[in-house]
Amino acid sequence: MNIRSQMRRVYFFPIKTIIVLVFVLSVIVLMSFGFKNDPFNSKSERKFTKDSVQSVKAFMDVYKVLMSPRCMNCHPAGDVPLQGDDSHIHSMLPQRGKDGKGIYAMKCSNCHQPTNLDGLNKPPGNPNWHLPPANMKMVFEGRTPAQLAKQIIDPKTNGNKTLEQLIEHADDGLVLAGWNMGEGRVAPPLSHEEFKKAWITWITKGAYAPAAK
Amino acid sequence: MITLNINKKTYNVDVDPETPLLWVLRDVINLVGTKYGCGVAQCGACVVHLNGEAVRSCVTKVSRAVGQKVVTIEGLSENNDHPLQKAWLEVDVAQCGYCQSGQIMSAAVLLRENKNPTDKDIDAAMAGNLCRCGTYLRIRDAIKLAADIQRKG
Repeated sequence: MNIRSQMRRVYFFPIKTIIVLVFVLSVIVLMSFGFKNDPFNSKSERKFTKDSVQSVKAFMDVYKVLMSPRCMNCHPAGDVPLQGDDSHIHSMLPQRGKDGKGIYAMKCSNCHQPTNLDGLNKPPGNPNWHLPPANMKMVFEGRTPAQLAKQIIDPKTNGNKTLEQLIEHADDGLVLAGWNMGEGRVAPPLSHEEFKKAWITWITKGAYAPAAK
Repeated sequence: MITLNINKKTYNVDVDPETPLLWVLRDVINLVGTKYGCGVAQCGACVVHLNGEAVRSCVTKVSRAVGQKVVTIEGLSENNDHPLQKAWLEVDVAQCGYCQSGQIMSAAVLLRENKNPTDKDIDAAMAGNLCRCGTYLRIRDAIKLAADIQRKG
């Protein structure tokens, strides 16, 4: 075997390998662009357009979730949270407190641990368990769809959030906790994925409030 | 092995990190002043202080207490002379006494954060501590007396 054919053997396989690698990398890059184009996950690709019909339709799905016990129980009309699938007033009457985290010996995290506990009737867990603060109560209980939509959009009543921040809020740890409800509690009526899709559609299509009845 | 700081002492205990703190206190360290009532954070008999907060040790995993300061009824004062303990004796609060360590530990947080609690403050702070004997009115009196003792130093 002469030197040239030896060189061919040495270099042939790396070139083939490089071609395969380039192809694989191209596929990965193209796929990542594909994910980026997903309007529900990409901030840069998100388009805000006005479509009141689509927006209101999406909000009605959002409303079903927000008024479910997993969300509404910690957005009560009074200063005591609600409890259970029937949204009864929380036993032991824990008070909201200034920061929403309870008062004195009755702070949320005294019973609610950082994680759920095994077994029925144990307090559900989250490291950030709290109600909205006293100066921004963000009440869901008793709100009509029109009232709740307007309240969520208004920074004066939504915790000073912009539309972009509201969209990000769909992935907030305590929002996600609604779908990690612990044993024996009914889940919200939509999956988190479906909720997030409806939430983002509502906002990006104009964040319209349903007509007041 | 898990290292805990309880009543200013260090304990090394060989337990599952998921074990409720209450069981470690009572069964491993033999601090039995803290009581088991319901096991689901509904009654308040098991209240201890975790970094000064009145947590319910029946639902608190021992892993949550690692690196933190735990105080039980045995460690509330050096000589059983916390204003609440003095007031409790003076008013003769206890009937059967089972819930009283939890009551006192919850009241201690109230008095630390509010030096002059009203009836409304006391009710709000103590609503999670049940007493089957119904000593609530004496508890309220004793907390007011303890606040008075505390103010007078």
